[in-house]
Order: sequence, then structure tokens, then C-alpha cells
Amino acid sequence: MITVSHVTKSYFRDKIEIPVLSDINLVVPPGEFLALMGPSGSGKSTLLNLIAGIDKPDSGDITVNNTTLQTLNETELAQWRSRSVGFIFQFYNLLPVLTAAENVELPLLLTKLRKKERVKHVDAALKLVGLGDRMDHYPKQLSGGQEQRVAIARAIVTDPTVLVADEPTGDLDKTSAEEILTLLEQLNKEFKKTIVMVTHDPRAAEKAHVVRNLDKGELD
Amino acid sequence: MVVLKLIIKNSFRHTLRTALTVVGLAIAVLAFGLMRTIVDAWYAGVEMSSANRMITRHSVSFIFSLPLSYKDQIAKIPGVTGVSYANWFGGLYGDPNQWENFFPRMAIDPETYFDMYPEFIVPPDQLETFRRERNACVIGKKLADEHRFRIGDAISMEGDIYPGSWTFVVRGIYTGRDKSIDETQMLFHWAYLDESIRAVQPGRAGNIGWYVLEVDDPNRMAGVAEQVDALFMNSRAGTKTETEKEFQQSFVSMSSAIITSLEVISFVIIGIILLVLANTIVMSARERMREYAVLKTIGFSSARIVSLIGGESLLIAAIGTAFGIAGTFPICQMFAEAFPTFFPIFNVAPLTLILCVLIAFGSAALAALFPAVRASRMKIVDGLRAIG
Ligand SMILES: Nc1ncnc2c1ncn2[C@@H]1O[C@H](COP(=O)(O)OP(=O)(O)O)[C@@H](O)[C@H]1O
Ligand SMILES: [Mg+2]
Repeated sequence: MITVSHVTKSYFRDKIEIPVLSDINLVVPPGEFLALMGPSGSGKSTLLNLIAGIDKPDSGDITVNNTTLQTLNETELAQWRSRSVGFIFQFYNLLPVLTAAENVELPLLLTKLRKKERVKHVDAALKLVGLGDRMDHYPKQLSGGQEQRVAIARAIVTDPTVLVADEPTGDLDKTSAEEILTLLEQLNKEFKKTIVMVTHDPRAAEKAHVVRNLDKGELD
Repeated sequence: MVVLKLIIKNSFRHTLRTALTVVGLAIAVLAFGLMRTIVDAWYAGVEMSSANRMITRHSVSFIFSLPLSYKDQIAKIPGVTGVSYANWFGGLYGDPNQWENFFPRMAIDPETYFDMYPEFIVPPDQLETFRRERNACVIGKKLADEHRFRIGDAISMEGDIYPGSWTFVVRGIYTGRDKSIDETQMLFHWAYLDESIRAVQPGRAGNIGWYVLEVDDPNRMAGVAEQVDALFMNSRAGTKTETEKEFQQSFVSMSSAIITSLEVISFVIIGIILLVLANTIVMSARERMREYAVLKTIGFSSARIVSLIGGESLLIAAIGTAFGIAGTFPICQMFAEAFPTFFPIFNVAPLTLILCVLIAFGSAALAALFPAVRASRMKIVDGLRAIG
């Protein structure tokens, strides 16, 4: 369960305040697949980042699975992220010097798991996204769709309950995008992941149970 | 292991940049090592000094001589167990523009000198023949090798302090007890010098440059010095007695300006090492801000990010330093061969190597400091928006 209540957020550019979110309220029940839509610059990414705990609101509360994020300090927040959310970016954000398997292993390095167990988890995650045969490939040896699937494997390898995805198909062709969306749907249905996905692709939004629109800092 | 791989791979992401940095560091470390070794070589004379030897010289300067007649009086002072003497000769051998022709030449007392300097090892039979022959000389092994002098060879040179043409016959070759002993000296009979000079400048005869005293107990040295100097206080030539170490230091300090500048340069080099490394690390870290932001998103703590940057800095510094140290030995060897008599003792000291390593680690830490602080303060959302 994700609860966002009375959240506001502004950024400062050259000392000028730019209001991004004003009094946002949102409840995402467990197992929900929610799509956030809205014009560019409307604050979708900002809201997603707040939910994922990589940014802090100016005011208001965000609670994710009974954890109130603003009560955590930087270190606790980092630990919370490593256990509780998986993040999927538009541009995959894999480390180019590491193989697919190593990229997926990164979040596990923060756990107490031994190498053998880590390898088992990495294996399972990559097989789940259909890349069991690409373990030792470097990102530049993979297609965009494959890279995004590696990124999804990295997001789910620690088995978090919440996945946040910021325009996960924004940089992909139609077929690859379709594959990624199917995968997200599967993660939601079979593995009961709560998914919050930012998109401005109507086809992507179709897969979601709920679509919310953000405009000028306000949720409809 | 993944983290280690990340550090190694990141370090070599820009092969050319890393290679240039490593070469730059290696050259700087090498220059530092050479500089230190030159300074050490300069001080080697001081380090060589024996704990139980003292030197008595003219109270004004060691370029003024003392009468030989002081010898017996000094020998009577309690605590003094042996007295010898020596005299700087100078002279011009061969082409004076060649470093290897600058070896030290001294007139000594053949009967007592080598007893005072057990670190100069002369085979007993050679010492015997040397003592019997007026114009015989003993030369160091390194000098002999350098000039291909052999037993029986005659060495001729022009005098400068002591005018005239001089010829010495090699009757002995000494070796040093260990590597720190100067093997480039030429030692000959003081009596030969004295009788020759008596013929042309009788006023200069009967004088020696300095006395070497052997004292039974180093703790008595201060007392011995006082007594010797008191003894000749009202004589024509007053004396100054000091430990051999102090005496050597007075030589070294003459060139202290050069030494100081070398030391300053070596500090400058440390600065260069730091700048070369810092430049590379700052650049790499800036390019990777987005990756650091991704790692933070995943849950990596700032401390882990810092260790990634620090590790990269350390790795590059370590490689550069390793090459630099590896190069220091052959360079110092070449230097020693180029100026064999100028720097008779030219060894890379362990301390120099330790300093190189410490400087490398220190520079690595400092170079990583600024980008590490930046990366750990960076907000994730800003890092993710960074292009890189
Ligand atoms: N880290 C930041 N610093 C400054 N301004 C920002 C930052 N992130 C977003 N903004 C600004 O906030 C507004 C909303 O951005 P964002 O949430 O990325 O919009 P969206 O994802 O809907 O396109 C934009 O005007 C953007 O320029
Ligand atoms: Mg966005």
C-alpha cells in the first residue's frame, strides 16, 4: 500500500522557486498496476521519485508498506530502497563495464547473501526476463529491449514489493515496448508486484488497472 | 568481487588517459626517487662516519694546516687510543672536465692510517709493499675498475695546491667493508709529499691537514675535544676537535644550497604527482555521476560510492608508483655509473621507497577527496539528470 497525502514539492533554479507538485493525494493499494500520465514537465518523474524514496517532499507524507519515508535518514532510506523498491529507468542505466549478470547482482551486494546464493538469484531473475542465455553479455552487446529487460531483472532481484518505472518503453521500438509491457504485466499478475509506471504512451497505459493524469502539478 | 571488477574496469575505461596518468606518475615518482638518492649520496659521508673517531683541524678552517709535532702531544691525552693524520692533496688528473677524474687524493701516514679506518680493507701483502715504497699509493677498487688501474701502474698528475709533477705507483687496492664505503679514494705517503715540498717551499714542510683520533669510549669525546683544543689554545695554530660526524657535516653544509634546492624540487614533484592524479580522478568521477546516482538509487551508501572513487584513485596511483619505483633503480644505477667519483656511494635507500609509497597513497587519498565529497553530497535526482 502506497499512500501519498498532501505532498508538495518545488525545485529551485537560479534561486527562483518552480512549483512542481501541489497538494498531491494518492493511494495505491497492494498489487495495483498504476499508470501516471501527463504532459512533459508536469511532475510525473518527480512524484515517482518521491514514492521511490530518492527525493524528499517539501511537505506532506508518503507511506510505503507502513514505512513513513520522511522519518528515515539518508542511510536508512538507502537501506529501505535496496529492500523495498525496484527502479526501472527510461534509459536502462546499466553499468557499461559490467556484464548483464553482474549488473543484476549489484543490489544483492548490499545483502548478506553468499556468492552462490547471489548467483542463484541472478540466474532466476535473468531467466524470468528471458535472458538466461545473455548472462555474460555486456550492455553494448544487447539491444535496447534486452537492456531494459536486464534492468527489470536488476529491479526484481531483491524481490521488492513495489516497482517504479519511469517511461520504461520511452526509448524502445514498438515490438520491444510490447515485450516490456507484457513482462511488467506478468510481474504484476503472477508475482503480485505493485507497479507505478510513468508513461505518455497510451498503449502502455492500457495495460494498467488505473490511469491517473497529472497536469500542472495536480492529480485529476 | 563485482565491486573490485567495477573499480578495475572503471580505471581502464579511458585507456589512453589512464596510461598517460600512469606514465606521468611513474616519471614523477622516479624523479623523486632520484632526487632523494642524490641527497642521500651527499650525506653518505656523514653516515659513514665512525662512532669512535674524532678529527682535529685548524681552528679557523680545515684548509689551514697543523704542525706534525702535535701528534705526540695528542696521543698522550687520556682516552685517545690512536692518532693518525692526513692531508688533502688535490691535483689535476687527466682531463679535469671529466667527472671520473675528480677522485679524492690524500696524503696519509702509511703506518697508522689503515688501523684507524678498518672499513678500508687492504690485503696485508699489498699493505706491506705500500708501506715500504715512498711514492706508492693505495687506491679504491671502484677507482681502479673505473680507470683500469692495476698494481704496479704509475699514476701521474699535476699538482695545484702542491705544485710540480707527481707520479704515484699503485701498490695496493682497497675494498670497502660494505656498500656504503667510498671506494674511489687515492691514498699515498705523507712523507713523499712533505719531502718534495720541502725542496721547493721549505716553509710549508712539516705540516699536515688534520689529525684523526681514535677514542676508546664515545662518551669521552666531548672531554677529549676540550683537552686537545685547550692544549693548543695558545699555540701558533689553534685547533678545533670534533667528532668525525660533525666534521663531515661541515663539508656537506658547504653545498647546502644545492641540497636545499633538491629538497625543494622533490616537494614540487610531490605536488605534481598529486595534480596529475587529481586531474584524472576528478574527470572520471564527473563523467560517472549518473552511474553513482544509479548505484545510490539501488541502495548503495555514500560510503560505498566513496570507496569506488578512492579505489580507482588508489589503483592508478599504485600502478604509477610501481613503475616509478621499478624505474628508479636502473636510473640511479646509470647515474652512479655516469658520476662514479662524484657520488661514490649511490644507493636507493629503503626510506626513499617507503616515502614513494606513502606519497602515492597520500596523493591517491587527496585526489579522491574532492570528487568523493561531491559524489556523496550529490542528490540522486540531480545525478540521474546528469548527462554522462
Ligand atoms: N532535480 C531537479 N532540479 C531542478 N528542476 C527539476 C528537477 N527535476 C525536475 N525539475 C523540474 O520540475 C519540473 C517537473 O519535472 P519532471 O518531474 O521531470 O516532469 P515529467 O517527468 O512529468 O516530464 C520540470 O519543470 C523540471 O524542469
Ligand atoms: Mg519524466
